[in-house]
Amino acid sequence: MSNATATPKTAAPKSKPIPEATAAVVVRELTGSQAVLEAFLAEGVYTIFGYPGGAIMPIYDALYDYRDRLNHILVRHEQGGIHAAQGYARTSGRTGVVFATSGPGATNLVTGLADAMIDSTPVVCITGQVFAHLLGTDAFQETDVINITTPVTKWNYQVTDATEIPAVLAKAFYIAGSGRPGPVLIDITKNAQLQKFSYEGYTRCEHIRSYRPKPIVRKKYIAEAAALINEAKKPFIIFGQGVILGKAEKEFQAFLEKSGIPAAWTILGLSALPTSHPLNVGMLGMHGNYGPNVLTNECDILIAIGMRFDDRVTGRLDKYAKQAKVIHLDIDPSEIDKNVKTTVPVWGDCRETLPLLTALIEKKTHPQWLQKFKDLYQQEVDAVIKDELNPTTPELTMGEVMKELNALTDGNAIIVSDVGQHQMVACRYAEFHQSKSNVTSGGLGTMGFGLPAAIGAKFGAPDRTVVAIIGDGGFQMTLQELGTIMQFGVDVKILILNNRFLGMVRQWQQLFNDKRYSFVDITSPDFVALAAAYHIEGSSIDNRSQLKTALKTMLDHKGAYLLEVFTGKENNVFPMVPQGCSVSEIRLK
Amino acid sequence: MHMTTSKQEYTITVYTENQIGLINRIAILFSRRKINIESLNTSPSEVEGIHRFTIVINETEEVVRKLCRQLEKQVEILKAYYNTNEEIIWQEMALYKVSTDAIAEKVKVERLLREYGARAVVIRKDYTVFETTGQREETDRLLSVLEPLGLIEFVRSARVAIIKDSSGFHEKLKEFELTEPGEELIENEYLDKQDQVFSM
Repeated sequence: MSNATATPKTAAPKSKPIPEATAAVVVRELTGSQAVLEAFLAEGVYTIFGYPGGAIMPIYDALYDYRDRLNHILVRHEQGGIHAAQGYARTSGRTGVVFATSGPGATNLVTGLADAMIDSTPVVCITGQVFAHLLGTDAFQETDVINITTPVTKWNYQVTDATEIPAVLAKAFYIAGSGRPGPVLIDITKNAQLQKFSYEGYTRCEHIRSYRPKPIVRKKYIAEAAALINEAKKPFIIFGQGVILGKAEKEFQAFLEKSGIPAAWTILGLSALPTSHPLNVGMLGMHGNYGPNVLTNECDILIAIGMRFDDRVTGRLDKYAKQAKVIHLDIDPSEIDKNVKTTVPVWGDCRETLPLLTALIEKKTHPQWLQKFKDLYQQEVDAVIKDELNPTTPELTMGEVMKELNALTDGNAIIVSDVGQHQMVACRYAEFHQSKSNVTSGGLGTMGFGLPAAIGAKFGAPDRTVVAIIGDGGFQMTLQELGTIMQFGVDVKILILNNRFLGMVRQWQQLFNDKRYSFVDITSPDFVALAAAYHIEGSSIDNRSQLKTALKTMLDHKGAYLLEVFTGKENNVFPMVPQGCSVSEIRLK
Repeated sequence: MHMTTSKQEYTITVYTENQIGLINRIAILFSRRKINIESLNTSPSEVEGIHRFTIVINETEEVVRKLCRQLEKQVEILKAYYNTNEEIIWQEMALYKVSTDAIAEKVKVERLLREYGARAVVIRKDYTVFETTGQREETDRLLSVLEPLGLIEFVRSARVAIIKDSSGFHEKLKEFELTEPGEELIENEYLDKQDQVFSM
């Protein structure tokens, strides 16, 4: 959809921004496009993922003069652009920014918007739009982007007049990043991008009267929650991404250690607490650990922190933790009681509420209760983990790949996963010492998320090793982003776990559809040759004896590297809570 | 507040900024959950610059309460209240176009006007337009009288409703305008009225 290439201009730009000497009070003439870029600078946004096209050309023209201050990454597809921005946001803790043109450029963002919406990722998308006088005329590359994206944005707005741009962008960044974060889309008509206006500087937005990013913390409920916790015999903490988004890892750990309560995580909460922490009892949900699932239905107090009781976590709701009193800490009031009825709600940013709660609780340990988790973990080791990590079968397992990877990275890598069996295995077995290290598409389950998100993750945390773990199916959904990796020299390690099947669907067909393998047998190209075509080095292995060396070669390689590992074709991920079952009906086989 | 589990009519009053596209953002919260909007009215409110949506749905209280939370989550919505029919004063307006001849021959017009609180808005040789304001039964009653007389056109407005125990939105708005909300700005006014386990 690009109808212009980024060839250097010969003529001098029409209106160059006035140098720094100009004080903020001085009114200067800017175009709408320049005002957009000034907003980015003012917000401290220096990385943009984007793709040009007709309706966003004025912004790209202005960008030409900002190349020294803004780093634009030309992706190969707008979906790749927004997933990269999501990856960037998740590892950096800042807001990701995307440019796309009107029409198809904008509609290609929709999957990423939906993903960012359900996973609360702060992203600001700028889409070009046809001239205001053409709106509603079915003009070339016109589409009703605002209405298409309304259900998948926290906020969206169409700008038709350049004078609105500074305030609207300030609002966009404020809304995307505050409270429960989410995606914002600003659609700017071409006339507004071109329009010159008197620019009076940029003021960051700090308050919108109709928007309450943080609910009021009410001490009464904190006291009630503390009283319940102090009386509890079998308390259990379940935590989600709220801990990471609230930058409350320290506060959370202090609460955890004083209370002595075992804690389990959702896949978006993973890495908020070191995996080796003695109170970390593992993963919740459908493919989570045995103990946390079974004991959810045994605990007396369930303390949910920054999580939203997704159905993949709760299983059958009417048999979920019915014996327990539920304390729910969340920044989003609409999450309280949405899925699970709460005994004591604790509204607020958990960075603020957790210390208040920690102050009121007694220092305790729960050795017998914790032992129950350990006993069930041992059962899971015997039934599942032992064979997954130290298999005796000739075929490689995904789990042993993770085990070797952990050993080589010492748990210091950022792991980006795609969606499917490999994702569950990666989340189950990856080891993490620091927060913001696990990037995955949780709520939406977007196959194809992994590769572009890894690109963004690397830009968000350039000093860290980024390993993208992707299945053979998901990789083929967005592999065009190898082009982005090639062009910008993005140092991501691509680890394809190839079982020559759409494994998760195949597993379900095996378990629930009498092995009727309906269209899950997927053929792949020679991934190593494909990477080579993009000048990315790679190798492919199918033998255990090669595994450690191959992983080491990948990690030691300077720059991007693709390693394909063939794993057992019909390996399943266990344990598993079958759909429609209670968490305590989790199957080990 | 007593929690009812059966479906009944609820009137949702939403205070919002006046923003293009907001009606869509509101409507899709209902359609996404496959809930039919029985009636929808948008109008200015008692506070200048603040818009007021009046939405009628037939649902359980649990669903209505959750919907109000979802409404309030939208950036440009300040507040959403829900009420049963007993808790509000509500009215709808209806217009009826009938043949003037038919009316003149068969009905005592003055009686019609008196009994049904109707008003003749337009009287022409060929047709007459009556108007009445009231609750559904009242506008329906006049409809049943006029239908046999060859009703040409009928239209009824959306519901408008006043909340009996509301003291208006002026004070609330002042709280919203503060950067730091005070304790008065209660996010869930129903909570304290619940037993230990509150449900929705």
